Amino acid sequence: MSGPTIDANFALNIALLLMLVAIAFAVVRTRSLLAAILMMSVYSLASAAWLMVADAADVAFTEAVVGAGASTVILLGAILLARGEAERVNWKLMIAPGALAVVVGAVLIYAAGGLPNYGDPASPANSHVGRAYLEQTYGDIGAPNVVTAVLASYRGFDTLGETVVIFAACIGVALMLGFGPRATLAPPTEIPNDQHVVLRVVAKLLIPLIALFALYVQFHGDLGAGGGFQAGVIMAVAIILHALVFGLRATMAAVPVRLARTVAALGVVVYAGVGVVCIINGGGFLDYDYLFSPRIEAMIPANLLGDPSHEHHWGQHFGILFIEIGVLLTVSATIVTMFYGFAGRTLETIEAERRG
Amino acid sequence: MIVLETLYVATPALTAQAPILAIVIPLLGACAAAMAPSARAAWMISVAAAVFGAWMALAVAGEAMREGVLVYVLGGFDPPMGIALRIDAMGALMGLLIGSVGTLAAVFSGHSLVAEVRPEKHTLFQAGFLLCQAGLTGLVFTGDAFNAFVFLEVSSIGTYALVAVGERRDRRALPAAFNYLIMGTVGATFYVIGVGFLYAATGTLNMVDMAARLATLDQSMAVQAGFAFILAGLGVKAAMFPLHGWLPGAYAGGPSLISVLLAATATKAAIYLMVRFMFEVFPQGAAFGEAFLTWVLAPLAATGAIVCSLQAVFARELRRMIAFSSVAQVGFIFLGVSLANADGLSASLFYMVAHGLMKATMFMALGALALSIGARRLDDFAGVAREAPWTAVAFAIGAASLVGTPLTMGFLAKWGLIEAAIASGKVWIAVVIAAGSVLTVIYVGRMIEAMFFRPPLPGAPRAKEAPIGVLAPLLVLAGLSIWFGFDASLIEQLSQAGAARLFEVRP
Repeated sequence: MSGPTIDANFALNIALLLMLVAIAFAVVRTRSLLAAILMMSVYSLASAAWLMVADAADVAFTEAVVGAGASTVILLGAILLARGEAERVNWKLMIAPGALAVVVGAVLIYAAGGLPNYGDPASPANSHVGRAYLEQTYGDIGAPNVVTAVLASYRGFDTLGETVVIFAACIGVALMLGFGPRATLAPPTEIPNDQHVVLRVVAKLLIPLIALFALYVQFHGDLGAGGGFQAGVIMAVAIILHALVFGLRATMAAVPVRLARTVAALGVVVYAGVGVVCIINGGGFLDYDYLFSPRIEAMIPANLLGDPSHEHHWGQHFGILFIEIGVLLTVSATIVTMFYGFAGRTLETIEAERRG
Repeated sequence: MIVLETLYVATPALTAQAPILAIVIPLLGACAAAMAPSARAAWMISVAAAVFGAWMALAVAGEAMREGVLVYVLGGFDPPMGIALRIDAMGALMGLLIGSVGTLAAVFSGHSLVAEVRPEKHTLFQAGFLLCQAGLTGLVFTGDAFNAFVFLEVSSIGTYALVAVGERRDRRALPAAFNYLIMGTVGATFYVIGVGFLYAATGTLNMVDMAARLATLDQSMAVQAGFAFILAGLGVKAAMFPLHGWLPGAYAGGPSLISVLLAATATKAAIYLMVRFMFEVFPQGAAFGEAFLTWVLAPLAATGAIVCSLQAVFARELRRMIAFSSVAQVGFIFLGVSLANADGLSASLFYMVAHGLMKATMFMALGALALSIGARRLDDFAGVAREAPWTAVAFAIGAASLVGTPLTMGFLAKWGLIEAAIASGKVWIAVVIAAGSVLTVIYVGRMIEAMFFRPPLPGAPRAKEAPIGVLAPLLVLAGLSIWFGFDASLIEQLSQAGAARLFEVRP
């Protein structure tokens, strides 16, 4: 019995990609900003699913928490301060950007003709450095998750840069929206609590669990998908959920604006500090093999991680652990700062700022 | 003749770490400034970090001249598996420009911010400024294509926010920052798409490794598209005509400090990265590369040089005039690059430094005047030379260098470009540069005439001479334009070595 065989993976890919195209068109078409934001969130979720099909679990995870989660919340916070409808755009104004988009699309399609086949083991990306990572990670670093090894150790300097980008975003939002005396004194929008008993009870149950899950993702990054970026976003979501249910004032009392900003800076200090310690111990910047001086390394018990028979790279283990904590601090504090930036403003404070 | 290697004093251990410290110390300074208790403390941190960064950049330049290429391996993994900083004379020259202008700008910021930025934002502003310093230094020092993207983002996000802060002086800073944000983000996205294509084609992100592997490949469609995306993306950041739409607003609306920084270093760093890709990463002699230089880059650069000079002639606001002039000068720089030989590139590198210094001088002088008068239109600057003679003289020196007056650095820069164009047999490029220079004389003449030879408008606020904390960095900047007009050996040795290195025959 033989019928036409369809590769399930292929079918799934096509279905998800068509979905992405359809959502993208819908986002462009709609004039309701709220609908656009929600559809962008769906878009992120669909791309996360698609990345999962492509076996890029770490990227899929990040897309889901950042694209579908945190950025949606921040955009929703921003939309409260704007009109909910986009103005109708004259079609003549769309000609130039439209033409540009068509040209860029054409170049992309043209270029795709020169790309190696998807999943081709002989393609440059799979045979050169990529293959070396797969072969050497266990010996060099000892981390089972190659993605983490590449992000945190082989290309740890990039990840420091990415953390700084996030810190820069924190500085940028704080600079533009400002948390000067005016903004902090303004009465935050209180949500009438009495009507939301169920919400409050559920939130009280959920917030610790979310925070716990964030820590799981944080420390699980060595072994599977996860790490400081994802964990930081999840941790921030726990704080944002608190603000949404119990009111901004209560959250700001627990996590003050200034604390959030300090923690964001501290995360970068932790990350770069690990690099500087490696220099002081005689290595290059971020060379975790020099994280501990030989005297300290000798003091680490061989069975710390259970298996004394196998040779451990303690510097690599702890280096990755420390920098991931730095990432967690910066990411979570930055997202909270951004949320404060939008949620801490009401139309009245903006009006007052414009006048004064 | 100045010998670069004798200019700095550092222990061997410190010198060995200089490339990374030039990036990390401003970075840590940014964190410290964000946590600083007061604006004054943040300012001191800013100055200290910028001075240290500049000192390290000087050490890097000396070492790069001594060794030819300085490689600093990060994380203990040799490239292409790990990331390495890789600094040749060209990168060292840019690092030196960024470090020195950054230091002077940091000193200048002490007074300038008080006048232009809301007091509660000073600490964050200094943090953002130091992030820009770290990002730009990383961008010119790194030898890794993706790492360059990361640093491009660090410096860009910093500058978007810093431009927006200018809203206290000029509400138009907000839409200008928004334009810059959108265009800059599209540019950065294009760059990263291009790097993605190159990674798919070569399997590596290290620039040297990428170049070696590209040289053995047929030029596939993916490589060509990668080239196009990278140059278009960086072209936005470099304000290459016609991708410069964000620039006039950002220069005119942002605080003076950020105009100094953008004009002197940020666009230059993007041009530097374009040059690296054009002549180092992409295989030399590839048909599409040559076609790009001859049929796209040179005509666009020439058009930009003329059109934007004309816009500067007809602009009414002083800062806008200087901004349009910057786009035109970027055109001159690209004309030199399009010659695709060592002479042309060396002249362009020299021009980049000369232009960076003169524009920094002019914007800083306007910042000094902004301490006392909030003028925008050229007419409002009438007669300021009488009330603020030192500031006006510094501005005039920058302007003279812009025109290309003999005995200034600008003269040597223009002369070098014209000479390189004629030596390459492209007389039309020399003619365009000459024509652009004539237009420069016209608009600079308008500025000088208003400032020095017109009586102040009746009833207009009177300018005051700036305090010493502002005058000192300003006069140092102006002095550099004169000094290098007499003895340009320091810049020449770096620009010539850097250009020669890119065009030497590869094995």
